[in-house]
Amino acid sequence: MAKVLMKGNHALAEAAVRAGCRFFSGYPITPQSEILEYMSWRLPEVNGVFVQTESELAGISMLYGAASCGFRTMTSSSGPGFSLLQEGISYLCSTEIPTVIADIMRYGNGLGDIKPAQSDYLQITKNGGHGDYRCISLAPSTIQEAVDLMSKAYELAEKHRNPVIIATDGALGQIVESVEFPDPLQHDPDQFEWSLKNIREGKHKIVTSKIYYDYIGKDYDNHIRERYDAMKKEELWEEYFAEDAEVILVSYGIVSRCCKEAVLTARENGWKIGLIRPITLWPFPVKAFRKITPKAFIAVEKCALPQMAEDVAMAARGIAPVYSMTTGSFIPSGEEIVSFAQRVMDGKEAEL
Amino acid sequence: MTKELKTPTLIYTANTFCPGCGHGIISKLLALVLEELGIENKSTGAVAVGCACLLPESFGCDWIQAQHGRAPAVAAGIKRVRPNNFVFTYQGDGDAGAIGIAESIYAAKRNEGITTIFVNNGVFGMTGGQCAPTTLEGQKTTTTQAGCDYRYNGKPLELAELLASFDVGYVARGSVCNFKELWKTKEYIKEAVQCQLEGRGYSFVEVLAPCPTNWKMTPVESMKRIEDIGMKYFRCGVLKGGAE
Ligand SMILES: Cc1ncc(C[n+]2csc(CCOP(=O)(O)OP(=O)(O)O)c2C)c(N)n1
Ligand code: SF4
Repeated sequence: MAKVLMKGNHALAEAAVRAGCRFFSGYPITPQSEILEYMSWRLPEVNGVFVQTESELAGISMLYGAASCGFRTMTSSSGPGFSLLQEGISYLCSTEIPTVIADIMRYGNGLGDIKPAQSDYLQITKNGGHGDYRCISLAPSTIQEAVDLMSKAYELAEKHRNPVIIATDGALGQIVESVEFPDPLQHDPDQFEWSLKNIREGKHKIVTSKIYYDYIGKDYDNHIRERYDAMKKEELWEEYFAEDAEVILVSYGIVSRCCKEAVLTARENGWKIGLIRPITLWPFPVKAFRKITPKAFIAVEKCALPQMAEDVAMAARGIAPVYSMTTGSFIPSGEEIVSFAQRVMDGKEAEL
Repeated sequence: MTKELKTPTLIYTANTFCPGCGHGIISKLLALVLEELGIENKSTGAVAVGCACLLPESFGCDWIQAQHGRAPAVAAGIKRVRPNNFVFTYQGDGDAGAIGIAESIYAAKRNEGITTIFVNNGVFGMTGGQCAPTTLEGQKTTTTQAGCDYRYNGKPLELAELLASFDVGYVARGSVCNFKELWKTKEYIKEAVQCQLEGRGYSFVEVLAPCPTNWKMTPVESMKRIEDIGMKYFRCGVLKGGAE
C-alpha cells in the first residue's frame, strides 16, 4: 500500500482494525478522542462493534466480555480516564484475557491538562491497579512505528494471555506523518481453547482467576511468577550510536526523537553521545545496558518527577551513575539535552 | 398446588449457599427455565461478587467473573460479539443497585439484548450484612445497628421501576416467599429469557429473596418477613413488556 498522510490517533485505530480488531468500547477524553471517533465509523464497515460507553469503567468491562470470547478488542484513554481503566486491567490480568489498550498520555495530576506527557510511566509499567501483575507496554516513537507495532501487540497479548498497553502521548496522537499500512489480517476468535464460544464445550467454562483453583496458594504464586518471567523475555529496544558513547541518553516515545537530535548535534561537535530507546517500557530493556560502559546515563522524560529514571537506575547498577532530566510541560530541544549532558560531565548535576 | 421443584441437570452439584438462602431457589428456577427452553448449552452468565459469585460452583453453564457492579457491561460485551447466545447477569442489590447502578441503567438505556436476574435480599450478604440500597425502614444491619433510618439512608431503591422507565423489553418483580409467588417468579424469568431470545431487548427480573444468615432469622421467619413487610414496599408483578 502507498504511503498516506495521517494523524497519529487515526493511524493507530486503522492499524488496530488491520490487525483484526473488531470491538472497541470507550469514552472520550483529549488527546485520545480521535481513536474513538475513527473506530465509531470504521468498525461497522468491517462488521465490527463500536460502543461509546457511559464511562471508562464500563468501556473496559464491555471489552472484557468481548475479549473473553476470543475477539481482538481495543480501548484507549488518557489521564483520569486511564486511571478508571485500572480496575478492568487488573481483572483482565487475573483472568488472563488478551487485549490492547492505548494510553495517549496527557500531563498533570487529577484533571491535569491536555498537553502531551510521559507521566503515566509508573502506572503503565508497575501495575496501576491492585494486586501484582504487569502489562507488556509498547512505546512507539513515530506514527509508522505505532502502526508496525500493532499486530505485534496482539500477538504478544495472545501469546501471554495478558493485556498489552500501547503507550504514546498527546504529541504522537495529534501530529500528522506519512505512514504505510500493512495488509489487513484475518483473526479467528474461535482458535483459542480458553475463550467463551457459541456452544458450551463439554464441561462448562469459567473465565476467572486461577487463584480459586488452588486453595493452598503455592501453585498460584508460582503460576503468576512463571507468567511474568515469560513476558520479561520480550524486551525490545533501539540503540542509536550507543556502542562508543561517553554519555548514554535513555528516552522513549516522542522525547527520544529530541534525544536523537541531541546525539547528532553532539557528534557534529565531536562529542560521542548515544541513545538507548526502550520500545518495551515493561519489560524494561535491561539487556541493552549489559554491553556498554559509558561514563553516565541520563534518563530524559517528559514528566515532572523521575519515573522511567528509576528503571534506568536499576538497569545501570554497577555500570555508571544515572542522572534524571525531566522536562515537565516542555518538549526539550536537542540543544537543551546536550547542555544538560554537558552539565552532568562538568559535575553540576546531582546523581539520581 | 403441589407442583414439585425438580432438580435441573444444569445444577451439577450441591450449592454452597446458607440453608434457606434465596440464591439457591432462584438459581434453580433459572436453570429449569434454561432447560425447558433448550438453551442450557448456549447460555453464558456474568456474576461479580456477593454471594452470587458462588453460583458457578454448582451451576454448569459458561460463566465470566465480572468486576463488582460491572456485570451488565461485561455481559453486553459478550452479547454483542456472540448475539446467538443467551447472555445474562445474576446480581445482588449491592452489585446492581449500588456500585453498579450506572452499568445497570446503561444496559437499559441502550436496551442491550441481555437479561438481568436481580436478587433483592435487602443486605450486602457476602460482606456480612451491611446496609444495602434496598434496606427497609427500621431494618437492623451491621451499618444501621439502630435500624435503617430513611432520613439518613433515603428510601429503598426501586430498581425494577427505574429500569422500566426506559425503552426496554421486559421488567418484572417477583418473590420466592411461598409456592404461589415462586411459580409466578419462574414465569417472569421465562418471559425475560424469551424476550432476549426473540430479540426484544433488555429484560430484567427482580426477585425478593431471603438472607436468613444476615437477617438473623430462621428460613421460615425470613419468608414470612418478605410476605409481610418486603412485598408491601416492593410491589410484585410485570412492570413492562408482559402479556398482561
Ligand atoms: C470494588 C469492590 N468493592 C467492594 C467489594 C466487597 N464486596 C464483596 S461482595 C459485596 C456486597 C455484595 O452484596 P450484594 O450485591 O447485595 O450481594 P449478596 O452477597 O447480598 O448476594 C461487597 C461490597 C468488592 N469485591 N469490590
Ligand atoms: S449470606 Fe445470605 S445471601 Fe449469602 S449465602 Fe448466606 S443466606 Fe444467602
